[in-house]
Amino acid sequence: MMNTSSTIPVAGSSETPWTLPYRGTIGMACLILAEAAIFIIFVVAYIFYIGKSLSGPTPAQVLELPIFGTICLLSSSITVHFASSALRKNNLRGCTAFLAGTVLLGAIFLVTTALEWHHLIYDKGLTIQTNLFGTTYYSLVGLHATHVVVGLIMLTLALLFALTGHLKEEHEKKLEVLSLYWHFVDAVWVVVFLVVYVLGR
Amino acid sequence: MATPVMEAIDQTQSPPQGPPRPNVIYAWLTTVDHKKIGLMYIAYALVFLLVGGVEAVLMRIQLAIPNNHFVSPQVFNQLFTMHGTTMVFFVGMPILFGFGNYLVPLMIGARDMAFPRLNAFSFWISAFAGLLLYFSYFGASGLYAAGSAPDVGWFAYAPLTAKVFSPGHSTDYWTLAVFLSGVGSIGTALNIVTTILCMRCKGMKMSRMPLLPWLYLVMASLVFVAVSPLTAAQIMLTLDRYIGSHFFDTQAGGSAVLWMHFFWIFGHPEVYVLVLPAFAFVNEIVPVFSRKAMFGYPAMVAASVSIGFISLSVWAHHMFTVGLGPVGNTFFVFATMVISVPTGIKIFNWLATIWGGKVIFATPMMFCVGFLFQFLIAGLTGIMLSAAPFDWQLGNSYFVVAHFHYVLVGSILFAIFGAFYYWYPKVTGRMMSETLGKWHFWLFIIGFHLTFDFMHVPGLLGMPRRIYTYEAGRGWESWNLIVSIGAIFQAAGILVFCYNMVRSYYRGKEAGHDPWDAWTLEWSTPSPPPAYNFAIEPTVNSRRPLWDLKHPEDPDSDYE
Repeated sequence: MMNTSSTIPVAGSSETPWTLPYRGTIGMACLILAEAAIFIIFVVAYIFYIGKSLSGPTPAQVLELPIFGTICLLSSSITVHFASSALRKNNLRGCTAFLAGTVLLGAIFLVTTALEWHHLIYDKGLTIQTNLFGTTYYSLVGLHATHVVVGLIMLTLALLFALTGHLKEEHEKKLEVLSLYWHFVDAVWVVVFLVVYVLGR
Repeated sequence: MATPVMEAIDQTQSPPQGPPRPNVIYAWLTTVDHKKIGLMYIAYALVFLLVGGVEAVLMRIQLAIPNNHFVSPQVFNQLFTMHGTTMVFFVGMPILFGFGNYLVPLMIGARDMAFPRLNAFSFWISAFAGLLLYFSYFGASGLYAAGSAPDVGWFAYAPLTAKVFSPGHSTDYWTLAVFLSGVGSIGTALNIVTTILCMRCKGMKMSRMPLLPWLYLVMASLVFVAVSPLTAAQIMLTLDRYIGSHFFDTQAGGSAVLWMHFFWIFGHPEVYVLVLPAFAFVNEIVPVFSRKAMFGYPAMVAASVSIGFISLSVWAHHMFTVGLGPVGNTFFVFATMVISVPTGIKIFNWLATIWGGKVIFATPMMFCVGFLFQFLIAGLTGIMLSAAPFDWQLGNSYFVVAHFHYVLVGSILFAIFGAFYYWYPKVTGRMMSETLGKWHFWLFIIGFHLTFDFMHVPGLLGMPRRIYTYEAGRGWESWNLIVSIGAIFQAAGILVFCYNMVRSYYRGKEAGHDPWDAWTLEWSTPSPPPAYNFAIEPTVNSRRPLWDLKHPEDPDSDYE
């Protein structure tokens, strides 16, 4: 049975450095994987139902390319990257400015989506109940917009911390985890854009 | 710098166990300790195991004789829906997450999970989901009466779930319960993966990690890609029922088959989500009771990972009767048959571990031998059903019911019972009674074989699943009677198990640190382990750190 009196020196392993990945990054990667699976199901439903609506309006009749909103959202990916690299260099002023820019660009994107939905609902008469196109369009774009809202809330929190002087260099890794999420939201938009506005039209 | 390995052994005394104080409940409700959360998962799953078991017994009473009127058709529909949903989402998942929560940090030498508060959140949201499902008995104003449980079957095929065909709120309770349980599962899976990748103690490279955390890593990764589609499909179903969208509305051009795809792309990997932890328990128990190191560790890891990948491409074998066309059928037949290769590798590795060992037939080992035997048969009937023409004959028959109960009860539940007997001493500090354990084993295995061996036959004779009664003279009567008698033996076995757990908690033999003379890190802590697990973070040099400690003249690290 167990011999509790012996001691054996451990050679080697105590000298070699023992580093493991940062848990925030791995956790966010897992969340992104799970979220990606959810989006894939909505994208599959969208593609499966292209052209299967029993009544109008069709995507070709009502959808316009949201170029301006797309440019804003994709640029916000660049600004959030600059924000976290500014924090890494302990440039707090730059970090705050880039965070503010990111929040602004994300908000502009949301406004363009809201205007598009208003146009579709009140001018074109397309709702989630109208046909299969409406069902899949509003659910897929809406799911993405929900993720933008969540990201914006967290970015705004980070911005508030930065403005009140609570954001320090030691939070650099946490901000990087947040920017990872924001990059994911942008990447999903690229897929949604291609599927809804290019393939679906 | 030389550090004594002895520091891996924690000499801290366990805290004094006083009489229960009023703040005990508060402490459990607010805990973020992975061991307490793990135990709550297990306790909650055991409660639902009893509930789901009672539902099964009621169904067997109804089906024991032809033309029976013990329960009405409506109640029978609710019984099989609730039984399936309960057993998969509120017994299988939580009990395995519970063991994972308890064991993974201890086995990798960590003090807690990576995100303790997320862990508590995931548990409570899953627990809430289970209560929500059963609240439907009181709260869902259904078609028939004030309270009505879901009755759409555990896979809830469209368009039966549409508002027109399932009025009232019982289906909404089902949808929300499954959705919330999915959220909880994803949270816990995220925690398990992060804990394993980021919290391992010094020296524990991935190639030195015990097989249990390895298999939990594969299982948790599978949860992200398997449970998320179901969560997405539940969002769609809720939109259909509440906002009037048309995802599964066949009247508006929606597709009922799309729901089947979404459900089974969850449903089949889910089988592997449930069975991989069962493999993990067997991987820990078989070597210890054979007194040999695990045979073929790298092959076991590779087989588990490849099961994870292949399991994502087999889902449509649940849909052969839909008519997928020759290409689809051939692909899914082939993929389903391929997955039996890595599972076969595992069976051979377990046999090779037992081969030539000094086998100790304690209760945990007996359950593992039962597992090996029954898992083999479950796999063989699985290969039979994977052939599309055979499946066309027997799809939705009692043959299928017998097959998947061989997997879920004969394999997974047996491994879980083995795990209870094996780790109970670590959790409580006392041994479970071996005599009662043997009674439990024999009652349960006799009942299991009476029920599920003989259930194959009425299936072959054409008895479909989910019928609430049948006429005499079809040749099904005696088989159904035997099946129902088996259920009584199983119920008796479960009662012995429950009694054993309660009795051993007060009267069991003191276990000490390491009652089985095992080799993984959890046995170096006191039983029960203190809140911080390890007073000094351990360092390991091989896959069996406690072997190295007990046999300094011949450590494993010399051979790796």
